[in-house]
Order: sequence, then structure tokens, then C-alpha cells
Amino acid sequence: MPINDEARVGFYICHCGHNIANMVDVTSVAEYAAKLPNVVLSRDYKYMCSDPGQEMILKDAEVFKLNRIVVASCSPLLHENTFRNATAKAGINQFYFQMVNIRENASWVHEDKELATVKAKDLVRAAISRVVFHKALEKKKVPVNPDVLIVGGGISGISAALNIANAGKKVYLVEKDPTIGGYMAKFDKTFPTLDCAACILTPKMSAVLKHPGITLMSYSEVAAVEGYVGNYQVKVTRKPRYIIEEKCVGCFACIDACIFKEAKFSDEFNEGLSKRKPVYIPFPQATPQVVLIDDKTCIHFKTGKCPQSCAKACDRNAFDFDQKPVTQELEVGTILLCTGFQPFDAARAPYYGYGRYPNVYTSLEVERLVNASGPTGGNVVLRDKTRPKSIGIIHCVGSRDEKTNKWCSRVCCMYSLKLAHLLKEHTDAEIYNFYIDMRTPGKGYEEFYDKLLNEGVHFIRGRVAEVSDWAINEHEKGKLVIRAEDTLIGMVRRIPVDMVVLAVGIEPGKDAQDIRRVFNISCSNEGFFLERHPKLAPVETFTDGIFIAGACQGPKDIPDSVAQAGAAAAQALALIDSGFVELEPNTAFINEELCCGCQVCINLCPYHAITFDETKSVSHINEAICKGCGTCVAACGSGAITQNLFEDQQILSEIYGLLVE
Amino acid sequence: MAQDKPKLKLAVYWGAACGGCCVSVLDVHEKLLDILAHADLVFWPIALDIKYQDVEQMPDQSIDITLFNGAVRNSENEHMAHVLRRKSRILVAYGSCAYLGGIPGLANFYTKEEVFRRVYEESESLDNPQKIHPLPENEVTEGHLHIPSFYNDVLTLAQVVDVDYFIPGCPPQSERLVEVFMDIVNGSDLPLKGSVIGASSKVQCDECKRKKSDKKGITRFYRPWEVTDDGMTCLNEQGILCMGPATRAGCGVRCVEGNAPCRGCYGPLDGIGDAGTRILSAIASMLDGKEPEEINRAIDSIVDPAGTFYRFSLPGSKLRRKVS
Ligand SMILES: Cc1cc2nc3c(=O)[nH]c(=O)nc-3n(C[C@H](O)[C@H](O)[C@H](O)COP(=O)(O)OP(=O)(O)OC[C@H]3O[C@@H](n4cnc5c(N)ncnc54)[C@H](O)[C@@H]3O)c2cc1C
Ligand code: SF4
Ligand code: SF4
Ligand code: SF4
Ligand code: SF4
Repeated sequence: MPINDEARVGFYICHCGHNIANMVDVTSVAEYAAKLPNVVLSRDYKYMCSDPGQEMILKDAEVFKLNRIVVASCSPLLHENTFRNATAKAGINQFYFQMVNIRENASWVHEDKELATVKAKDLVRAAISRVVFHKALEKKKVPVNPDVLIVGGGISGISAALNIANAGKKVYLVEKDPTIGGYMAKFDKTFPTLDCAACILTPKMSAVLKHPGITLMSYSEVAAVEGYVGNYQVKVTRKPRYIIEEKCVGCFACIDACIFKEAKFSDEFNEGLSKRKPVYIPFPQATPQVVLIDDKTCIHFKTGKCPQSCAKACDRNAFDFDQKPVTQELEVGTILLCTGFQPFDAARAPYYGYGRYPNVYTSLEVERLVNASGPTGGNVVLRDKTRPKSIGIIHCVGSRDEKTNKWCSRVCCMYSLKLAHLLKEHTDAEIYNFYIDMRTPGKGYEEFYDKLLNEGVHFIRGRVAEVSDWAINEHEKGKLVIRAEDTLIGMVRRIPVDMVVLAVGIEPGKDAQDIRRVFNISCSNEGFFLERHPKLAPVETFTDGIFIAGACQGPKDIPDSVAQAGAAAAQALALIDSGFVELEPNTAFINEELCCGCQVCINLCPYHAITFDETKSVSHINEAICKGCGTCVAACGSGAITQNLFEDQQILSEIYGLLVE
Repeated sequence: MAQDKPKLKLAVYWGAACGGCCVSVLDVHEKLLDILAHADLVFWPIALDIKYQDVEQMPDQSIDITLFNGAVRNSENEHMAHVLRRKSRILVAYGSCAYLGGIPGLANFYTKEEVFRRVYEESESLDNPQKIHPLPENEVTEGHLHIPSFYNDVLTLAQVVDVDYFIPGCPPQSERLVEVFMDIVNGSDLPLKGSVIGASSKVQCDECKRKKSDKKGITRFYRPWEVTDDGMTCLNEQGILCMGPATRAGCGVRCVEGNAPCRGCYGPLDGIGDAGTRILSAIASMLDGKEPEEINRAIDSIVDPAGTFYRFSLPGSKLRRKVS
């Protein structure tokens, strides 16, 4: 076994109550460890992480002149810091500590106590062989830039921006659309309280615009991010609106004056249910209140032969047809991603007839139809302008389905109830809700469902098989027939209706993968941004200083999005207020004497920590950026790269310890 | 003047070698006269008729420097390694075979039986209908025959005896030999025991004049005759497998200067246990391709990967041999 004469190891094995002691013979491991080279002291104890456990390390270190500590207990994720701190308190460099996980790696995963004990001994031997070659290291401190970048101006991004700016910090809010507001801006009412979405959202939107601490960059996207926690450099590209934002006052004179007398182009904000002109504003309360020109439909951009009546109508000279995308650089310390979701594309469930039958609508279209400022002014009429007398709302479209998305989108049951209520109110039609399970967990949600049950809405429990216009009797003629198994009465039913509403689910945004790459974070299997820990770190990511909130992290309603935004804001503020971050010293460094300048390492680094120094002809690692992934270490043919805590000698001794008794 | 000092005693010996190392000693041309002005050659099978018994009778430590080239692959090589160790003050593993196992070391990808079967049964130029294999001892009409026994493993010199210095190369660059020798003659401070001498502490790419960038992006490998080398760009960046990034410099990047890729004969740098895996991971790191299939396709275009990456270093590596 590898020996280092100077090392005096103190070894501790924890019972973790019964968690470890039941499956690993802790006394026998302690006795075994006591006989290993370099070990001066070996003990077992009920709870090493408790105060007395840590105190014991302190006292022993003094009495036995220990200079290395090994604790065999639970996962380093849980208590490595606890024991590192105890080691430091005992006057020993905290990196002279090594932790052995004999709970997740031995006691919890085995059923044979004898063998589990043998395995624990092997793991302990490996750790002791390794720790004797540890080096004293220091954690580096780097200051945190107090400015914050928030990407996405839906309700999550808006809430977070206001939270942080109200705390006196500078916020850059980058929104890819011409206006902030996200999906919430499209709704008329919100469940379960049925309060008017605009009434609660628009004041917040204008608060963002007016806040001296917030720089709103609408119609912009983040092109690149470099740097590390506390010190990010961000490139934001502002798309051309062809309007000088500062000059436009939102009088809309240009829109009236546009050479197109009639609006001709599909209006995205109204889900295509109405038309807009090439010069337009998404909706009257859009924030900022600035028009824009869509260069794909504008005559000037298509032919160069428009008299530009819009510009002429503008008495503030706000038009600039020569605008180009502009890239602006920002420096921030923390980043919040609030990029939201995209609704499930109903065309992917062809059996429900979306796109085939004009009277099949998505829930978002209906959100616009019931909206007083929507395409019909809140008048719910079908495409042929008639009022529906019967409406079927199909839940779980695209959700909870092996063929499309497996997950529950969490908001569809509730918004379907909301839409049932609103449609009833607007049309007095017969409303049928087809649901698989009614999921209404949340404050006041079940009560909302109860209320709907008393409003005369029909509820049919069962997955809808198809929507068709195939009538088998007079009664069904000219209608859409919803065929579903009613599992409560145990028979297949055919319900003819005038209008079908598809409660489309929530999916990761369509550019979630691109965003993930730009910001160097991960996505979970479904494609939502991955949180650091599902329970204990739901708004943090694996990249320090980057937080996530709202529907980009997973399906979520507005209250939860706002709560998460608050949590993410608090995390960012905590980081800012601590003033600096401590960096794990498990970073890699390059020995310039050995580096041959081959540059193999440079593009391998997933964090772009390595640069080439042309004058010295050697590569260089920025320790503050390096995350200690070890990729470059393995790649360097010269062996010029060493990683702290993972030096060859440490790893090889550990392997030796593991394999050789 | 050096002449006044007693002359040094010099020996050169070959184990499992091709003879190239001995020739490289001759390759110093007229410099050999400088060497001989300072040293007497007391043993050199390729050039002098001195028998093993003569060496065995020399007093211990009486040879100043022995250059041992060739690997240790049979009992004769091992015996002479022990004898020369005893007789020499400084024992140098000379050349890649003595240092790391070299080309003969590739036999460690086979067992002794496989080697014998190939050589004594299957070889195209063979006439051995009785499939006779050599035996270490044999009775023939002329009497009792004794030949060295063939080992299953090819060993490096240091795996058999204590070695003072290592001079890499297949063969070593002759100029380096003269430099080292003159250092010894002039009594300069000797390097630390166990060092690699006569070579650089950096890899080939450091001395290579070809243009290198951070864009390696190899999508497939070519044998040198399959592409037209532009003569300027790093060979690996052109897809020609070059061992430069993990091979110690010291030869003057001779191969690449001659527009042939480095084959790795100078071995790895200090502290790198396994030359093969080191160059393998360096090369793998240059591959382009995100999908496993793309990467597999690139890797499949490497001819004889094990033989390529361990061409000179198998016995001296962590891998040491193929476990049969
Ligand atoms: C039909 C329907 C009805 C609903 N009704 C209700 C309800 O009544 N009550 C309720 O509580 N919840 C409801 N919800 C859920 C609600 O929509 C979400 O909880 C909420 O929108 C989540 O807010 P967010 O800010 O996280 O995401 P979003 O609203 O999706 O906002 C994300 C913002 O980020 C921007 N963005 C995206 N990518 C980028 C990028 N790369 N760069 C810059 N900006 C970007 C987007 O343009 C958008 O402005 C409903 C959902 C649907 C589908
Ligand atoms: S340039 Fe012409 S088409 Fe374009 S927005 Fe102005 S008036 Fe309309
Ligand atoms: S791989 Fe190694 S030798 Fe090559 S540039 Fe990077 S550090 Fe230098
Ligand atoms: S260890 Fe990983 S993160 Fe650090 S410089 Fe090397 S490749 Fe980059
Ligand atoms: S890999 Fe070969 S060709 Fe490229 S720089 Fe290194 S030695 Fe030169």
C-alpha cells in the first residue's frame, strides 16, 4: 500500500443510526482501518455529522497530531462540506480530508452483511491510500458582479425582474418577442380566482418599463455567454424593429397609414384568428409601446417600391428602414432563465381533427376568443360567425400519452375548467369536459371544480378516441362527433358538438436546446431545464450563478411560476450580497514547461476555460472558469495538465488501495 | 588534457534487437575516433570478438559504461543483462527496445506458443513438415545441445536489472550519444539516476515546425499515401496519424521533417505510465463528430490501433501484454 511517512490519518466510520450499521459491521471496519499504514487513530461513532461527532475530530486532531482525516459515512453531496469544515476547524487544511460513501455504495445497496463489510473495507482502504497524497489547497474567492440578466419576459421573468430591481440591483431583461407578458398576456381570466389577467399583469409590465433599475431589451436574444459565476459576459442581439424605440410614442398613426388598407397577415398574438398589417403592435398594452415592421410582409422590404406611407405619417421621425441587428455586450454576475414553454402542437394528435375541421380549436385560440380585447371582442363565435350551442373540451391533449408526451401538464385540467366556465358564460352552450383524471391540486382549485360541477357543465371521464364529422344519425349531422369511452358508466359514447376545444399540454420551448447550449446548463429527459436538485435546489442549475424559474423548468401555473421567480430572485440576491464566490480548487492547470502548444485541449473544454497564448506558444486554463471535469487532463499527450485533487498519484494510489489488500 | 586521464572502458551489447542500435553507434562516423580517444571498447559483439566468458571474468564494476540495446526476450538476454549490470558502473538502456520493449515487444500481443506456431509451423518460407519447435535442451548425435530458452514475455531491461539511464530512439539519434558520452568524459554533473537522457523534456510537436491550430476536427484517418500532404499543416490535422503529441522530442522531429508521421519511438514523457493510452486519448480528443457512428467510423479508419499506439512501448507500459 502506498505510504507517505508524514501522513497521520485519523479514520472515522459512522453508523448513520441504523442506516449503515445494520448492513456493515462498523466495528470490524474500524479495527481493520486501525491496522492500515499511516492510520494513527480509528473510531466508529453513531452520528459523525452531529456536533459531538465533529467535536471528536477536533479533539483527536490535537491529541494525536492528526494531519489527514477520512470519514466513512454517507454521500459527499450531503456532508462533505460538514467534514471539510470540521477538518479546517481542527487546524488541518480542509483538502487533507477524504470521504468514503459506504451508505449509498455499500449498506443501502447490499443484502449480505459480510460482503457489504468487505466492500466497505475496500473503499476505506482506497480512501486512506489516496488521502496521504492529498495536497493542501485553498479555495479562491472571486467577486460577484451585482448586475443580473433575466432571459424571458413572461410572468416569471417579470416577477423576478421586479423582485431584484426593487432590492436595488440592476437588471437586464431580455425578451425575444416585441413585447413582454408571455402567455399570460393572452388570457382573459385566470384560474381559480377568475381575476382578469390583464388587470394583474399589465401594471407589472409597465412597472418593468418604468423601473429605473431595469433595462428592458425586447425583440432581442442572447447570442453568446462566456465567463463564470459572478462574472458573465453576455452578447445580446437586438433584432431590427425598423423603428427607433426611443422616438415611438405608440400613437399607431403609421398603422392606419400603411399602404395596406386592410390587415392581411396572420396575427400571431391572436393565434392567427385575426389579421395584422406589416407595421403593427402585438396588442394594445404591449410593453414597450413601440410598433414594429415585419420585414417578411412589408412591401418596402419585399420590393423596395413602397411609398412608405407609414413613415410619412409618423410625426416623430421614428422610422429607420436601414436598421440592422445590433449586438450589445453586457457584464452580469448572475443569470435567470425564465423562457417559458410552448403549447403542444395539436396537429400532432391528428385523431382530434385539428387543422382538418375548422371548428376544432386549441385552448389558446379559445383564450383569445373569450378575451374582451381578442379578435372577436370577446364574442365567442365559430369561424362561420355562428354561436356554438354545444362545446366539447378535451383534456390532456398531448399529455399523459405514450405517443406524445408522457407527463401531466399540470395546468390543463384547471384551465379547461376555467374555459368551461367562461364559454358557458359567453355562449350558454352545453359544455362537455372529457377528462382522464381531474387534477386539481392547489389552493382553491378543488373548490373551483366543485363550483363548475354546480354550473351545469357535463363531465365525462374517459380518454377521447377521436373527433370526426361522420354522422350516423340526423342528430349528429353537421356536427363534430366526439367519441369517447365513458369509464364511469362503462360504455362508448358519441357526443355531437358545434365546437371542440383541445386542452393542449405544456412542452419545453422550441429553442430550449439552443438556450441550454448557450448557457451551458442541462435539460431533463423531457427537455425542460434541469434543476440542481428536484427537492432541495429546484431553481438552481448545475452551472453556478445560473438559475431557472417558471414553465421552462417544468409545467407550472402562474402562482407556482411567480413563487419560483421569487425563489430564483432570492438565490441571485443571496449570491450578490455575499459579494464573492468561493471556487472549488479541483481545477486543472497547465505546466508551461511541458506544454508543447499542440492545442488539442482547447476545444475540448466544455466551459471554454482554455485559451492559447500565442506569444509563449502554450495553452492556459482560467481557473475561475474551469469546473474540474478532467477532459483536458486526459487529452494532453504531454501530461502537461494536472487537476487538483485528481493528480495521477492520488488516483493511482486510490486504485491500488481498492485492488490490493 | 583528457588523454592524461585513464581511458574509460566502454561496452555495447545487444539483446533482442535488430542491430540498428549498434549501427547507430557506428553512425557517429568520425566522432567515433573522439570517443575512442577517451575510451576503450571492451565488449561489442557486432564488432569485436570477445566472448561471454571473457566478460564474466572481468572484475565487477570494471566497465565504466555499458550501452545495452535490445529487449530481454530469452534467457541469454537476461543472463547477459545480469552479468553486465554486475560488471558496469553505469548501465544504459540504449534505444527503444531496451528502454520500453520496442518493436520486438509487440510480440507481447501474442503468447510464446502463438509465436512458435507462426514461425515454426505457418510461416510462408518454411519447410518443417514435422513441425519441430526449438527446445532449450536436446540430445543429438553430436551430444547435448543447449540453446537459450524463449520467454513468453518480452521484457524491458529495467524489468530485469537496475538501470542507470535510458536513451530512447529507434535507433537513438547518434549525435545525442556523443553529447552524453562527452559529458561523462568531461566529468560534467551526471543526471539523476533513472533519467531519460539524450532527449527533450517536451513532446515532438514542440519542435515540429508544422502549423497547428485548435481545429483538429479529424473525421477519418488516412495512410500517408492516401492523401497529398500540404507540407505545412500538422499531419494529424490532415488526418495522418502522427504520434507527435505524446512522443518525447529529441530526434529533431526527423520523421515529420521528412514528411512522414512520427511513429512514437522516443516514448512518452516522464511520469506517463502508459504511452499507448496517452497517445490514444490525445488522438481521440482530436476527433470530430457528435454521433457515436461518426466517431466509430473515424476510429475504424485506424489500421492496427493496438500496434500503432503501442508500437514501441508495450512491455514498458501499464498494459504490458495481452492477457491470453
Ligand atoms: C391555454 C392555457 C391557459 C392557461 N391558463 C392559466 C390560468 O388561468 N392560470 C394560471 O395560473 N396559469 C395558466 N396557464 C399557465 C401559464 O401560462 C404559465 O404558468 C405561465 O405562462 C408561465 O409563465 P413563464 O413566464 O414561465 O412562461 P411564458 O409565459 O412562456 O413566458 C416566457 C417568455 O420568455 C420569452 N422567451 C422564450 N425564449 C426566449 C429566449 N430564448 N430569449 C428571450 N426570451 C425568450 C417568451 O417570448 C415569453 O415572453 C395556462 C396555460 C395555457 C397553455
Ligand atoms: S413600408 Fe409600406 S408596407 Fe411597409 S409598413 Fe410602411 S406602409 Fe406598410
Ligand atoms: S494538450 Fe497539453 S500540450 Fe497540447 S496545448 Fe494543451 S496543455 Fe499544451
Ligand atoms: S478540467 Fe475540464 S473544465 Fe477544467 S479546463 Fe480542463 S476541460 Fe476545461
Ligand atoms: S502531431 Fe506530428 S505533425 Fe503535428 S505538430 Fe505534432 S509532430 Fe508535428
